[in-house]
Amino acid sequence: MSPSMESEIAADLPNQKSLRVQGEREQWMLLSLSTPALLAIVLIVVIPVGWLFYLSFIGSDGQLSLENYQKMIQYKSYARVFLTTFQVSLLTTLLCILIGYPLAYFLAILPQRMAGFFMLAVLLPFWTSLLVRTYAWLVLLQRNGILNDLAISAGIWDSPVKLVHNMTGTLIGMAHIMLPFLVLPLYGSMRKIERDMMHAASNLGASPIQAFWKVYFPLSLSGMVAGSLIVFVLCLGFYVTPAVLGGGRVVMVATQITAILENQFNWGAASALGVVLLIATIIILYLAARFLKLDAALFGKH
Amino acid sequence: MTSHADNRSSETSTALPIHIQGLTKKFDQFYALDSVDLEVRSGEFLTLLGPSGSGKTTLLMAIAGFNRPDAGSIRFGDEEMILTPPHRRNVGMVFQSYALFPHMSVAENVAFPLKLRQVDAKESAERVAEALATVQLSELGDRSIDQLSGGQRQRVALARAFVFRPRILLMDEPLSALDKKLREQMQIELKHLHEKLGVTTVYVTHDQREALTMSDRIAVINDGKLAQVGTPHAIYNQPATPFVADFIGESSMLPLKRDNAGKLFFENHLIADEYAADPGAECSLVIRPERLFVIRDEVTDTDQTIVFSGAVREFVYQGETAFAQMSISDKYDLSFRFGTDSASSGNDMRPGDQISLGLNRRDVIIIPPAGER
Repeated sequence: MSPSMESEIAADLPNQKSLRVQGEREQWMLLSLSTPALLAIVLIVVIPVGWLFYLSFIGSDGQLSLENYQKMIQYKSYARVFLTTFQVSLLTTLLCILIGYPLAYFLAILPQRMAGFFMLAVLLPFWTSLLVRTYAWLVLLQRNGILNDLAISAGIWDSPVKLVHNMTGTLIGMAHIMLPFLVLPLYGSMRKIERDMMHAASNLGASPIQAFWKVYFPLSLSGMVAGSLIVFVLCLGFYVTPAVLGGGRVVMVATQITAILENQFNWGAASALGVVLLIATIIILYLAARFLKLDAALFGKH
Repeated sequence: MTSHADNRSSETSTALPIHIQGLTKKFDQFYALDSVDLEVRSGEFLTLLGPSGSGKTTLLMAIAGFNRPDAGSIRFGDEEMILTPPHRRNVGMVFQSYALFPHMSVAENVAFPLKLRQVDAKESAERVAEALATVQLSELGDRSIDQLSGGQRQRVALARAFVFRPRILLMDEPLSALDKKLREQMQIELKHLHEKLGVTTVYVTHDQREALTMSDRIAVINDGKLAQVGTPHAIYNQPATPFVADFIGESSMLPLKRDNAGKLFFENHLIADEYAADPGAECSLVIRPERLFVIRDEVTDTDQTIVFSGAVREFVYQGETAFAQMSISDKYDLSFRFGTDSASSGNDMRPGDQISLGLNRRDVIIIPPAGER
């Protein structure tokens, strides 16, 4: 063993102490850079959520109790709300995949500059107000709305069809709003698929359809899973669109929370709903991470 | 084992020649391929060699079916392929980027073409094992692609390209991503593999040394046209155009004058008594640096040797050889190389020294001027 290596182990080379001090100082400075963000998270996420969590365990008599959670199990209406929430979220996600996959594929095969232009078309609605977009759909879809007028004058159907204030309207609006969240990660993962991959598949004997299913689709899956999860989770807590386009017939958890607060002013019951939704979301994400290798999907590794 | 040997020999006998005629590919106003005629013989190793943008990759992609030429014909054996989609051409290909499928293991990658051909599971497993053994990766079948080194990926790509026993194998600069040592080792291995498989192979490279090392024949391509097709020996020793002489190996070019009797001279050196090409044309003398030798005493031409004299302008020591340039009457530069062993006559050479360089008359190369063929 050389003398230099021995002293390295003994950690008494002339510069080592200063280097260690410098290294530690650097780490503290890096940590201090993230303090504003950490503070913000504590103030606007951890404390309110903790407060809600606490409230959910306070009964109507002001004492600690499981009353709010027991009610949720007792009354069938709560189960229906959760069922509707997951149903709407799942259907919206499926709709987004159905519309978004071909769209992302189209964008991915375009030359970069053209793709940028069409991407604007996807993103433009994204930058306008959520409320504006939702009411725009109301105008389009309502009984005497543009769509019904057009369809009737074109003779597609005779009397106005109910397109809004129900599940259909909610899904149309939600899918439109959520689409960019699916398209963006999906487009990203498709862009990363080299053209040589498809050439190789076809050179090895795969017809275009086989090449798509055996090579392209599996390689785009990571982006699709990431996008679908984002859409699904965002849908679970969505309020505006189901409230406006559902017209009171599509009661999701967020709408139910508002109703409880407005009608009964019951913070405990409302908090309990929020807590259950949060826990359900965490469980879903955890399962997805376990079974779909989410880390790879979210951090862009194939 | 006998059955394998039988398979091998039947493969060899079904290696296909490629006949390319009048192949033209236009991008806007630019001809990537300009009426190319090329015969690739059955079972030979032919290299397409040219600078980047010369059209060599376009030609390979046309053989693979990834681009559609605007005119011309590509036949594999007797079968016209020009309109056949790539997945029905049944040619193996090694891509520059390897293009291995990252969502499949090594063995799954190699089994991919067999699965598409509905080879049954048992035979498929045998052939994958055999192919991996051929490229010396038997132990790595279960690995995922991102666990492999560059050299290992290259071998997997190779195994995947020949496992389905194509009658034609195409390679697009497969070694360009490897470091020098590994590249040189793989060149020899690829050559042996070609001998073993006996498959018609078209190899694309811009590396002239690689082309000279591996090929049965080389097709030098420039500006979408074939400049010369021939064995490495012929390409190096009888370049047909100034481009080929310049692109392959190192060379100096000296202009030649013709006297009334048709004899060719460089300044007052008689270079050749006659030259068959168009008597009106200006020709050049091509000299390979390693064919020149330093002369101490003789200073006039003899029957065997042409002697050039001048001043050393540049001297660079490069390890196994030294490279130098001599200036002839301040007008022409002559590059030369010599060994650096202790007995070498050039060891004490300094810029400014007056020296003489000899060239054996058998090493004289005369080429027509640019544009003439």
